[in-house]
Amino acid sequence: MPRRQWIHAWLLLLPAFVFLIAFTHYPAVQTLIDSFWSTPKGRRPAAFVGAGNYTRMMADPIFAKAMWNSAVYAALTIPTSIVLSLAMALFVQARFAGVALMRMAFFTPTVLPLIAVANIWLFFYAPGFGLIDQVRMFFGLGSANYVGQPATALYAVAAVTVWKEAGFFMIFYLAALQTIPLSLKEAAAIEGCSRLTFFRRVTLPLIMPTTLFVSVNATINAFRLVDHVFVMTRGGPDNASMLMLYYIFENGFRFWDTAYAAALTVVLVAILTLVGIGQFFAADRKVHYR
Amino acid sequence: MIRESALDKMLMRTAGWMLAALWIVPLLYALWSAFHPAAFEARFDITAPLTLENFVTAWGKAPFARYFLNTIFLVTLVLSVQLVLCTLAAFAFARLEFPGKSLLFGLVLVQLLIMPDILLVENYRTMFRLGLVDTILAIGLPYFASGFAIFLLRQTFRTIPKELDEAARVEGCSLLGLLWRVYVPLGKPAMLAFGLVSVSHHWNNFLWPLVITNSVETRPLTVGLSIFATTDSGIEWAVINAATLMTSAPLLLGFLLFQRQFVQSFLRAGIK
Repeated sequence: MPRRQWIHAWLLLLPAFVFLIAFTHYPAVQTLIDSFWSTPKGRRPAAFVGAGNYTRMMADPIFAKAMWNSAVYAALTIPTSIVLSLAMALFVQARFAGVALMRMAFFTPTVLPLIAVANIWLFFYAPGFGLIDQVRMFFGLGSANYVGQPATALYAVAAVTVWKEAGFFMIFYLAALQTIPLSLKEAAAIEGCSRLTFFRRVTLPLIMPTTLFVSVNATINAFRLVDHVFVMTRGGPDNASMLMLYYIFENGFRFWDTAYAAALTVVLVAILTLVGIGQFFAADRKVHYR
Repeated sequence: MIRESALDKMLMRTAGWMLAALWIVPLLYALWSAFHPAAFEARFDITAPLTLENFVTAWGKAPFARYFLNTIFLVTLVLSVQLVLCTLAAFAFARLEFPGKSLLFGLVLVQLLIMPDILLVENYRTMFRLGLVDTILAIGLPYFASGFAIFLLRQTFRTIPKELDEAARVEGCSLLGLLWRVYVPLGKPAMLAFGLVSVSHHWNNFLWPLVITNSVETRPLTVGLSIFATTDSGIEWAVINAATLMTSAPLLLGFLLFQRQFVQSFLRAGIK
């Protein structure tokens, strides 16, 4: 290969890499380094504390709570979003009068900003005049403050996530369902196979790659999207809806404890990397049927 | 074909409409309250008068005009820089051979996993050093080189027939000329797809803008809306709902008008 081409290639890559390194790789490495130092305060510069931030984390009840909440939140939102989005795709894959309207009902929440979605739901949940409370009162039940009580706050936030992302995942399932060859359906009909069996034995395995794609995205979203927490609960009440990224924000920008925030970020990045590696191996194990 | 009995069909339709109704209810409820006087915000009365008063009040109570400008400037800036930088890089990865290619591509893919959204604290420090805190440029900078765009465009460029490429080279076309005359025109659908994804992502982005801005002159809509909605000054729900719908309206309208393109773009961008 001619050397001139090397130079050209590097020159083409240079501008993108300046930004990539400055705002992704450098901060990632620097975060790791910072997590082994203390937070500089006033005149006192940062001091090397080894694993100090991590041992503190192990004893921090709010961190334990945030980890637990993130796990519960992921365990709630991921399967629910997958099942609902697949159901939606099955509902709207046929042609019938009003199908466009039905698709729109499912997909519209996806286009709204998460902050706007949070406001809409806060009103929906609002004690006294939210729609949910109105229904409760209609049936003679007392008023309930879903986002304001520790027992339900996390579920209230999780419901909003599912509402927003299910319609987005639906379009991927819809595309996948359309790639299932007609000949398979004909063959199954000759064999006298029921609709349920066909769905379980043919459809589900064939859309496995989409399910993998959707679950990876749902997992990343579960750890990355916390906008609605800011509007709805601010991690409360009593840390009932504290999620990892929100806790990082609180430490970094409310308590200005940047070293501890760095250590927390390292944990979050480690979790995301594990998800990425998991995806790689899962994709390798023949989920593709081509 | 497997017979779809009339009963099956009816069950599917009914379940579908029930879920659809359930899905759209929160949005309809917000719409109801935004277009009716505050007295009707939780009372359903078909004779309730329609009004735009809530929108007028919201517009007057916070500098939404400025927030709109900020957001429009932000998404335009981010998308145009992204398209230029990522097209150049994607072209190099798709059609040139050079040492370190796979290592560098691996470094690009790292960004798909570790997004700038997560590295808040360190990026804030960088912006502080550059003296860029509280500027619109600072909101956009971390997203200029999009690993996702590079990946998507590289995939597209690789599907362009090599013959076209070679023919242009024989004609004496320079490397940049080749990129501009052959690859960019053929890569347009992918760029459009990425454009829609990028615009809706940055229109909706919240956490990083919240951290890096602290004045009306730089705040995008999402941050402005969250401040407006959480001030405990006793603003009525109807007005908050009006503000909420107002800030999402451009995307919502765009989606309703270009539904097919939106869905196609998300699909294109998602399936790798």
